[in-house]
Amino acid sequence: MAVTVKVMRRPEPGRSSYLRAALRGMGLTFKHLVNPNKVTLEYPEEQPDLSPRWRGTHRMEVHADGRPKCVACGLCPTVCPANCIRLVGGEDDQGNRYPVVYEVDEFRCIFCGMCQEVCPVEAIHVGVHFENAEYTRSRFVYDLDRLMDQQHPTTRLWDPSDRKSE
Amino acid sequence: MNGLSSGVFLVSSSLKVVAAFSVLIVAVAYATLAERRLSAWIQDRMGPNRVGPFGLLQPIADGIKNVLKEETLPGSASKLFFVLGPMLSIIPALVTFAVIPFAAPLPTPWGTIPMIVADVPVGILYVLALSSLSVYGLVLGGWASNNKYAFLGGLRASAQMVSYEVALGLSLVAILMLAGNVTLTEVIFRQQHLQMWFVFPLSLAFVLFVISAFAETNRLPFDMPEAESELITGYHTEYSSMKFSMFFIAEYAHLITASALMATLFLGGWDVPFWSGDDAFYRDGQWIMGFDAGGAPVLADPAWWKSLLTFAMFALKTGFFVLVFIWVRWTLPRFRYDQVMQLGWKVMLPAALAYLMLIGGAILVLDEIGLAFGPAYGLALTAVSLVATGIFVFWLDRGRIIGGASRPARRAPPPKAPDSRPAGEARLPAASGAGALTP
Repeated sequence: MAVTVKVMRRPEPGRSSYLRAALRGMGLTFKHLVNPNKVTLEYPEEQPDLSPRWRGTHRMEVHADGRPKCVACGLCPTVCPANCIRLVGGEDDQGNRYPVVYEVDEFRCIFCGMCQEVCPVEAIHVGVHFENAEYTRSRFVYDLDRLMDQQHPTTRLWDPSDRKSE
Repeated sequence: MNGLSSGVFLVSSSLKVVAAFSVLIVAVAYATLAERRLSAWIQDRMGPNRVGPFGLLQPIADGIKNVLKEETLPGSASKLFFVLGPMLSIIPALVTFAVIPFAAPLPTPWGTIPMIVADVPVGILYVLALSSLSVYGLVLGGWASNNKYAFLGGLRASAQMVSYEVALGLSLVAILMLAGNVTLTEVIFRQQHLQMWFVFPLSLAFVLFVISAFAETNRLPFDMPEAESELITGYHTEYSSMKFSMFFIAEYAHLITASALMATLFLGGWDVPFWSGDDAFYRDGQWIMGFDAGGAPVLADPAWWKSLLTFAMFALKTGFFVLVFIWVRWTLPRFRYDQVMQLGWKVMLPAALAYLMLIGGAILVLDEIGLAFGPAYGLALTAVSLVATGIFVFWLDRGRIIGGASRPARRAPPPKAPDSRPAGEARLPAASGAGALTP
């Protein structure tokens, strides 16, 4: 196959004008200079619009009485491709299973959202949230209490019948 | 000493030095802010607006940051010259401002004090001397860093500055011919006397001066010495902390001084347009505002509010040029190095020389006719200059000067055979490729 090259149509040197082009450029920049519609988002005051399917840090749903919804089935640590969920299950007097330890290492997490998809009781969710700054690395391992305290909205799962999430 | 006693002269001069220096430094700080805000607006951004109201304290934050940064000294740098570089670059930039008059004379109980730091008799020559001196800072800094990029930046700085100083100097000669003197106070007075700013009767000199001033201050499109994409940051690649900051301050001080100089030489300095009440010039022991019909001097009437108003005018004109400098920087791309040299030696120099002959001849003719130095004189020169500027622009236009890399000697050869390929595409390595590919 022969190589094809796109030839840019540029005026010959004798027919182009640096002067006029420069003046046109000045006019263009001046138009932008006085244009009041700037693209800057003044972040802490203005928040960016996040997609409802944005996958951020995790959140654990709780029952009305404050217990976590998690039943310690062990599906999420199993499905997790980054191996970032540590779950130790326990059983209470009535035989209900509950998580004794539930930790998510947000540094290892790749935010695939499979834990949320796989959860049979809709307990663990990834959230529509991105402000995660901390002062120490250890604070990025979220324990159960921390996960239950999160208040941010949770991610809406992708619905194959509604491909554009409308 | 303008009729002042030596004590008053000493005190007033010291005060003016302090005042002019502080105002200049503050102006430099805010020029950096203006640059950042304007560049942001041009790019549809906001720019720094967090530190203080409208970001007005940003220069202070920048200054603190620069002072607190680590000072580095490259291991194989020549220490003496490395330290000397920034100093040599900043001092001429700040000192040049001394000869620029910034307001009408201020009346005080101790005499009328001229609003200029040093009214040296050599005026413009002093400006030229110091602006040539400032290149040493760049060259020394670039060479002493022992870094190939810095070295190339320094070399470029020297070549560029030397080339454009020629055109700069020649465009100034036209002003000197019209002003008949080299002091800047006299240049302003002559503009008031002509009742016309020199930008009109000497329009081509103005164009040449502006272009050379861009090159002399190393601003885009002539920022060869620090071309970021080619030389990292050129001559100040190895500098950090306050030494870098000094280069930076020097650059902006140059910018402001060049703007003030353009305002003084071509826009009448502190002159308020369409009003001759502010005119004041020291001649033969008295402040005069002009000459009456018989040629007798008319005494000037300095007042503090006139000084204030004229200072505002001066600041306005200077600020206008600063804005133009910034505006151009964020519009135009950088010239290639050979184009810079081509423009300097093949366009600016001959144009300045030819214009000098023309305007010199015109002045000679006008003087021979016996036309008085006044509006009619100015209009006659304006007509001559407009024609010259028109010819210059026509010559510069059409890309004869700033062309592409490969210049085809003739028109591109006509296509050899009608082919079925879509337009705008050529085949490589087909025989027709070479001709079609030449831009």
